[in-house]
Amino acid sequence: MNPVLKLLIEGTNLTTSQMATVAGLTEAEVNQHLEQLKKDKIFLGWRPVLDLSHEAAAANAVRAVIEVRVTPERGGGFNRLAERIARFDEVESCYLMSGGYDLLVFVKGQSLQKVAAFVSEKLSTIEGVQATSTHFMLRCYKEQGFLLDGGETQSSRLNVAP
Amino acid sequence: MSTSTDPKRWVAGHVASLPKSGIRDFFELVAKMKGQDVISLGVGEPDFVTPWHIRESAIFALERGKTYYTSNLGMIELRRAIATYVEEHFAVSYRPDDQIIVTVGVSEALDLALRAFCNPGDKVMFHQPCYVSYSPSVTLVHGEAIAVPTYAKDNFALTAEALRAAWQPGAKILMLNLPCNPTGGTCDRTQLEQIAAFCREKDLLVMSDEIYSELTFDGTHTSIASLPGMAERTIFLHGFSKAFAMTGWRIGYACGPAPLIDAMMKVHQYTMLCASIIAQEAALEALKHGWDSVLKMREQYHRRRDLIVRRFNEIGLTCHSPRGSFYAFPSVKSTGLTEKEFATGLLTMQKVAVVPGSAFGENGIGHVRACFATAYDQIIEACDRTERFVQSVKK
Repeated sequence: MNPVLKLLIEGTNLTTSQMATVAGLTEAEVNQHLEQLKKDKIFLGWRPVLDLSHEAAAANAVRAVIEVRVTPERGGGFNRLAERIARFDEVESCYLMSGGYDLLVFVKGQSLQKVAAFVSEKLSTIEGVQATSTHFMLRCYKEQGFLLDGGETQSSRLNVAP
Repeated sequence: MSTSTDPKRWVAGHVASLPKSGIRDFFELVAKMKGQDVISLGVGEPDFVTPWHIRESAIFALERGKTYYTSNLGMIELRRAIATYVEEHFAVSYRPDDQIIVTVGVSEALDLALRAFCNPGDKVMFHQPCYVSYSPSVTLVHGEAIAVPTYAKDNFALTAEALRAAWQPGAKILMLNLPCNPTGGTCDRTQLEQIAAFCREKDLLVMSDEIYSELTFDGTHTSIASLPGMAERTIFLHGFSKAFAMTGWRIGYACGPAPLIDAMMKVHQYTMLCASIIAQEAALEALKHGWDSVLKMREQYHRRRDLIVRRFNEIGLTCHSPRGSFYAFPSVKSTGLTEKEFATGLLTMQKVAVVPGSAFGENGIGHVRACFATAYDQIIEACDRTERFVQSVKK
């Protein structure tokens, strides 16, 4: 397996120069791998993981999860509608789901009103959208693998032990 | 009537004469540098926290009121799970009813075995460099410790030739720790077969501490107990500390012939009584559902090993590639410093803690132990600092 991809999958928090040291490559080679992975559309890009409970990071963001039921289309199934919904800037992620609804849409907006307006004016008025069910997020406990209370602390591990 | 008032007069002679662990001295030196951005490669435990599902099962056990003693041998469900695990991973079969005892870490199992099998004056052999407690444990039961040297040129594997050369009449027990703390050395099947043949020839009882066995990176681990004619003369010692990142739980076990486990049980029931039920519940969960976590951690250690070994060799510290464990054991002879000077200098000048190899016996002279159970960025930074230190020494 591509050694750089492996490090990306592990989610290790390394700079490209540290990745180079770990993988036994030069930094230029790591960057080449990253470029190739981008070209292959495997690696889409970097994004910071922020704790949005902090005012500074939240920037007045309101987040919601919306369950969407749609009418699948002959020939295209769910894809055309899903791609159409996914293109809105408010939509952070969009998944086709099994179960009681079809699409699960993660939305971010500057205020509750703006998210509500997106749902009522944009999302639910799209032809083919049968119903939506919007859940606003109240508090986050874990974000993309990071525990928000800081997780485990290793500070009391002995510095020297047999 | 004695007129001495020194409390030391009450300390037993064989305890008073035990040397203080070389690690202890160094620990105190490091402790003095608290708050100074020290990167420690001096630990002897995983940097992973015990996987959550294991911790959660212990919490659940407490919630259900599991706060009592267990059978001296340990919970039967745990012994059954141990029997299955050992059979699957080590190819040796033990009966849960009378061939397995659950102990407070491998350390207790080792102590039980020595107290149960070693008469005063009996000779106990072990390969060295080795875990710091081997020689003192033998002294504590009034046995005679015989160190068998292992060498960097053999990747610190124990050889039958070295064993034969060190053997003395009266030798009764051979202690093995493969893969080894501090060298990461281990033996392949052929080497183990030669050692096994020697043990049969000299009628040695083997105490095999295989605590690092899951952390074998090159080839597969073979237990000496699985070789023909060896299960009946081997006490297989194992635990959860390293593979499942459960050092603080203090939980391990010993497996062996029923009369030998029964003898160890006698000592255990009059001293420890039983291992903590909470730790036993956690251990049961580890065996049932923890293997995926072990594999993930092993892969991480493997890559960290490759990184640290490569960097040490680049720096000019000759370092063999440890086949198992999470320790690198580079030679510092090229710097012209002793291992103690090197470790002290590296700590005070570059704030990196490693353990002088002499803490693990005289055959560790000229080496230091560096634990790579540490995050990548810490290893990278520690190696960069070590490089600066080595260059400053050369000037």
